[in-house]
Amino acid sequence: MTHSVIREAPPAGADAPVTASNPRLRWILLAVGLVAALALPWFIYPPVAMDIVALALFAIALDILLGFTGLLSFGHAAFWGSSAYVTGLIATHYGVPFPVAVIGGAVFAMILALPIGYVSVRRSGIYFAMVTLAFAQMVYFIGYQWSDLTGGENGLQGVPRSFFGIELVETESFYFYYAALPILLFGMWAAWRIVHSPFGRVLVSIRDNTPRARALGYDADKYKAVAFVLSAGLTGLAGGVFAINHGFVALTELHWTTSGDVVLMTVLGGIGTLWGGIVGAFLTVTLADYLASSGFHGIDLITGSVFVLVVLLFRRGIWGTVRHRWNIRRLRRASARAGQGYSSPDGNSRHTTSGEGTGR
Amino acid sequence: MSALLQYAVQGLAAGSFYALAALGLAVIFGVLGVVNFAHGAFYMLGAVATAVLLDTLDLTLWWSLLVVPVLMFLFGVVVERLLVQWLLRLDPLYNLLLTFGLTLVLVELVKQQYGVSGLPYRLPSGLQGRIDLAGVVLPRYQLFVLFFSIALCVLVWLMMTRTRIGMIVRAATEKPELARALGINVGRWVTPVFGFGVALAGLAGVLAAPFRAITADMGNNFAIILFAVVVIGGLGSIVGAVVAGFLVGLVEAFGQAYAPTFAQILIFVLMALVILIRPAGLFGRQEATT
Repeated sequence: MTHSVIREAPPAGADAPVTASNPRLRWILLAVGLVAALALPWFIYPPVAMDIVALALFAIALDILLGFTGLLSFGHAAFWGSSAYVTGLIATHYGVPFPVAVIGGAVFAMILALPIGYVSVRRSGIYFAMVTLAFAQMVYFIGYQWSDLTGGENGLQGVPRSFFGIELVETESFYFYYAALPILLFGMWAAWRIVHSPFGRVLVSIRDNTPRARALGYDADKYKAVAFVLSAGLTGLAGGVFAINHGFVALTELHWTTSGDVVLMTVLGGIGTLWGGIVGAFLTVTLADYLASSGFHGIDLITGSVFVLVVLLFRRGIWGTVRHRWNIRRLRRASARAGQGYSSPDGNSRHTTSGEGTGR
Repeated sequence: MSALLQYAVQGLAAGSFYALAALGLAVIFGVLGVVNFAHGAFYMLGAVATAVLLDTLDLTLWWSLLVVPVLMFLFGVVVERLLVQWLLRLDPLYNLLLTFGLTLVLVELVKQQYGVSGLPYRLPSGLQGRIDLAGVVLPRYQLFVLFFSIALCVLVWLMMTRTRIGMIVRAATEKPELARALGINVGRWVTPVFGFGVALAGLAGVLAAPFRAITADMGNNFAIILFAVVVIGGLGSIVGAVVAGFLVGLVEAFGQAYAPTFAQILIFVLMALVILIRPAGLFGRQEATT
């Protein structure tokens, strides 16, 4: 039995990163991504642009667990929201530069993730999703009840944006974007680094075959717990920037729908791709922004339908599909060059390779 | 003493909603391997349907107890045929995500149709008021809910253990391959079992209608507590779902009475303790841990 979660067995090499075959492509992609990130507030209202990048990091942090460890966390709103609150509280009460407050929020998210991760990783698969969801709901109730600190249903208001002596007020959200972007880009780089480190390789081996990883001497639960805490920390960075960006923290940030939204972004973009999180966040935020400005109420109707359709018809997600096509074409070309026909890239070959992968 | 008994009855009555719905969740999980996120939404639909039936057709609770589960059964069959069945062969997480999306859609549709404020509901006169049991005054309706759901749980249990259908469902739950090898068409039972589970959630909704504010959001938190219930009871276990349902109801009622701030949090603490001490749940088999 394979323990890989939420991931269909790929034909050999078809779901490898597009850069695996072509290192130059990685630099091209990175350059394009960086230019896009720098140009974004020229084309999109800067606070919305900031939301896109923050949620992109949130989705990428979730993907470390979902795509590379095989754990679906349905409770990441707990880390996103609690970091938002802690960041907001630090910024309000101590008047420190906002990056310091954001780091404080992220550290708090990691501390919170320790006990939750410790308990949750004892269950995997569907149970892990349910347990993380339940713990997140517990955090939500704490945020709701502790209204002296969090403002309860009114939220935490008037979070300042001080940046080393400069007050970046509402009108200067354009500059705030560039002040906060490095934090989020650092988070994305860290995610990439985690996934491509020896530690990340162990996570993938746990995802693909937990008993075998255990037999090789890896303490699977410990690795999963560490991945959980790291993911929570990156989520915390994103949540902190989000709080400063809005100057306000709503109770919604802790709500289970926030956990669901980020899962949607990750699945829509493509599980196990990292880049997919950016695509998913961009589409989700711009769509929500467009619907809100066109006076449409009931965004959940759209979100829910997209969820259903993506899961039914489009499980690889956007980036995952692009990558799949790209690799299939590359493999076909390579085998044509080698003078032998490549077996059809559709279901048949997938099943044979999956059988090979799991049966050994 | 009298107060204790009142809290106990109140808790058991609230627990019977959890027990009935968790029973449905457990049966669906057992036979289909699906964790139905939309269970809370189905519970909500049951309650809304009850209120709407009273409002438009003047059907009282007695009729709703009969009609709504049938409607919900049919709705469940449609959902299974239309959506859930396509993902049964894949990782169960896909169906969790699918039913999550479905929840968002259903809740939003009810919100658009009936608004966010609660729908009114009045009890049939026979169930109003309180009765005095040897000095302990208890609401009549809570007692009715309690006895009704216990009777129903016993009925389901008898059906599961004493009838041929029940044996097939249990066999399909525990050893689907073996059941198939013995010539049982497990696939035939998938759709009716899903419908049955949905009907149970709807029935819990009917019983909750006079008891709770009937809003589009009423199922959201309910679904998450249900997850805690089945984790506590052991997801594969039918008895576990019922026992844990009543247990969580009691914890909630006593929590609200003595530590209202922590009432909701207590349930999740209980869940964490169970995972730490018995990862498979109180009634779960150990092999179901991973």
